[in-house]
Amino acid sequence: MTRVVDVSNLVAGYLPGVNILNGTNLYADKGELIGIIGPNGAGKSTLLKSIFGLVKVREGSIKLNGEEIAGLKPNQLVSKGVGFIPQNNNVFPSLTIEENLQMGIYQDPSKYNERLEFVTSIFAELGKRLKQRAGSLSGGERQMVAMGRALMMDPAVLLLDEPSAGLSPVRQDEAFIRVSDINKAGVTCIMVEQNARRCLQISDRAYVLDQGKDAVTGTGRELLNDPQVIGLYLGTLGT
Amino acid sequence: MDWGSILNNTAAGLLTPTTLAFALAALGLAMHFGFAGLLNFGIAGFMAVGAYGYAISVLTFGLPWWLGMIMGVVASVIFALILGIPTLRLRGDYLAIVTIAAAEILRLLFLTTAFEPVTGSADGLFGYNAAGGFAEANPFPVGDYGFGPWTYNEQTLWVLVFGLIVLSVAVFLLWALMRSPWGRVIKGIREDEDAVRALGKNVFAYKMQALVIGGVFGALGGIVLATSANVSPGIYVTSLTFFLWTALLLGGAATIFGPVLGSIIFWVLQAFLTNVLPALAESGILPVSGIQAATLRYVLVGLGLMLIVIYRPQGIFGDKREMTFVK
Amino acid sequence: MSNNQTPEKATNLHIGKAEPGCKKVDPILVIDNVKKSFGGLTAVEVAHLEIPNGAITALIGPNGAGKTTLFNLLTGFDTPDTGTWSFAGKDLAGVPSFKVAQMGQVRTFQLTKALSLLTVLENMKLGAKNQTGEKLINALIPSLWRKQDKALELRAMELLKKFKLDAKKDDFAASLSGGQRKLLEMARALMTDPTLVMLDEPMAGVNPALTQSLLEHVLNLKNEGMTVLFVEHDMHMVRHIADWVVVMAEGKVVAEGPPDTVMKEQAVIDAYLGAHQDTDLGVVTGRIDIITEEETK
Repeated sequence: MTRVVDVSNLVAGYLPGVNILNGTNLYADKGELIGIIGPNGAGKSTLLKSIFGLVKVREGSIKLNGEEIAGLKPNQLVSKGVGFIPQNNNVFPSLTIEENLQMGIYQDPSKYNERLEFVTSIFAELGKRLKQRAGSLSGGERQMVAMGRALMMDPAVLLLDEPSAGLSPVRQDEAFIRVSDINKAGVTCIMVEQNARRCLQISDRAYVLDQGKDAVTGTGRELLNDPQVIGLYLGTLGT
Repeated sequence: MDWGSILNNTAAGLLTPTTLAFALAALGLAMHFGFAGLLNFGIAGFMAVGAYGYAISVLTFGLPWWLGMIMGVVASVIFALILGIPTLRLRGDYLAIVTIAAAEILRLLFLTTAFEPVTGSADGLFGYNAAGGFAEANPFPVGDYGFGPWTYNEQTLWVLVFGLIVLSVAVFLLWALMRSPWGRVIKGIREDEDAVRALGKNVFAYKMQALVIGGVFGALGGIVLATSANVSPGIYVTSLTFFLWTALLLGGAATIFGPVLGSIIFWVLQAFLTNVLPALAESGILPVSGIQAATLRYVLVGLGLMLIVIYRPQGIFGDKREMTFVK
Repeated sequence: MSNNQTPEKATNLHIGKAEPGCKKVDPILVIDNVKKSFGGLTAVEVAHLEIPNGAITALIGPNGAGKTTLFNLLTGFDTPDTGTWSFAGKDLAGVPSFKVAQMGQVRTFQLTKALSLLTVLENMKLGAKNQTGEKLINALIPSLWRKQDKALELRAMELLKKFKLDAKKDDFAASLSGGQRKLLEMARALMTDPTLVMLDEPMAGVNPALTQSLLEHVLNLKNEGMTVLFVEHDMHMVRHIADWVVVMAEGKVVAEGPPDTVMKEQAVIDAYLGAHQDTDLGVVTGRIDIITEEETK
């Protein structure tokens, strides 16, 4: 079975001469929820942005369902089915929730009604407040709209950049449960997170990124209980 | 095309009173923008205040030349205070808008016939170097000095030496200030005022001091220019401000020698273009008339400014890592 | 299985019942009838609040509860519409932020303000108070400030060593990673020799392992006699180091008390902590069927 996403030996960075990713490997099979955790500056967001074409790939390859996509522009990747939910500025504040969702399917408007039904079945709240202006929503609610928008185009893979960032504990839990719900509905997800424990609790498999390389990998459960991972990355406070 | 004369005139541009005046004003702009992050688009106004302050003090109030120059500097301090007190508590863009307007207002005030007895309006002021005793204070005996393209009579030499002394003092002052703890606070303010406030520094006072000091350098530039040419409103126009910005950015906005080097290169280039362009037009290489060719240099300055900002905003000497506006 | 001991907590900080607005034995900050509105929206409306001296207080609450606004009011970065508030007995009304900082308060910001265009050492030296060289006239005469500057440099290097940033002293702050910038901001804040340290989400975006080491530094502040007030969403951190917790919601203080009691209050759980605080989300979402004995420890 072809992997949905297959990243091998990825080298990428922002400034010339400075590589953030130094040969990273990652893959996701269909229907998996992949978590990416690690110390600050390890390259977690950079990895996600590289897959989405926002960061220049210098070496290595990124395959989507067997097809090489490294070097393609974000709009091309959206048509191929890569959905990206950024950490900030993830909704259009002047548009309503409905219009935000419509923006998600602009490449194929004919499927609008069908997809709207799918998204509102996962996020009932969105269906009830379609006419509300996105700018009036709280941070956690905007996250939900952003996730809904990305789901509208029936993505092959959903990339989430720290979905729980800046949220209070109860909203963080909601965000993680939402990602799990999306994944249970059949969407392959790759999620970068700072809240490592929560991320691992819901991930099927996870990678620990350190200094631009995938340092440790395993199932979510394996990493949660791995003493080395706990010592170096998770800390003991949450237990 | 007489390349000999073209190159001769170009080389002369290396050391002229205008070059020195430019260097001083650019130094002032370096203090304002390069180090303190203040957007001053009215530096020509500070030059005008210095020049007119000097000339008017001598002609209207009969002060000796050195006192007249001090008055010019005092006037620039007052000008800086008037500009700064309302705007420095606001966002940087407000200072930018206010300085453009203030410089223009000044120029028009100097231009209006209402003040003609004092300002000379469109004709400007002249004869103050003699009247105030600056010309008399010349220590060099009559004669020609220098060699090649850098030959000067005793009057020009006096102006150049005076200008060089003032420039050296200004360069030293700027250097001494920026390597001190005061300079450290200024650099911090340039990047993030709130962070500096949270450390207990009175940000408004520091910005005001920077505005005054840079303004004084600008005024000194105007005064040096006034010792060599007449004072007239037609000099202190907005394009002068943008020439200064070009010279500053070319050399390196947040450096000590950048403004000086930038001014020298700028004027050498100007001298070159002023000579080469009409020559190219006359010999038919450029399909324009001689007069059009001369004005072509302004187009090229504008283009040059754009290219610097796009491709090398830190200038020749600048460190890319130190510039706030380079991402 | 937890192998770190919870540090010794300060107790008996309050007088009477632990409820919103309760008096403290030794308050360092006292807030009375403070109200701040933006347009039609009331951001902060606190009837009475006292922050205990020499202890670590956590300020928690949902986003939009008014925590950062309250911070800004207390540090002079914003002015209330009504009310009085004092620091160490001194009235702060009309005192600008830089003067409040000079009085002994120091604050950090949610979005780190490590000055990227200055080196790490310059950042540190900037923090120190009462520098002769910072006055314009004195600046021109190096002999007036050289000695003080050297002494500052020694103090800065000591602090940098503690935060493991000494090797980077001549690097521009821009080249530090996000976590290192947070450390720099904290170290720089300590150069001001503060009595009250106010941290606005100091662990935001910092990975868990680094958070734990940063907490040691915060605990150290208490050991050295400083008072700490911090805003955070990380409840593990709050439970671990806070002596006192103040809960805000919709601009008001809704609960106060030691962490263990406050975090069990139903209202706080409903509005802020969530019901799954101590549960594994893998269980909640039904992603794992069996939990073994090892996995619960």
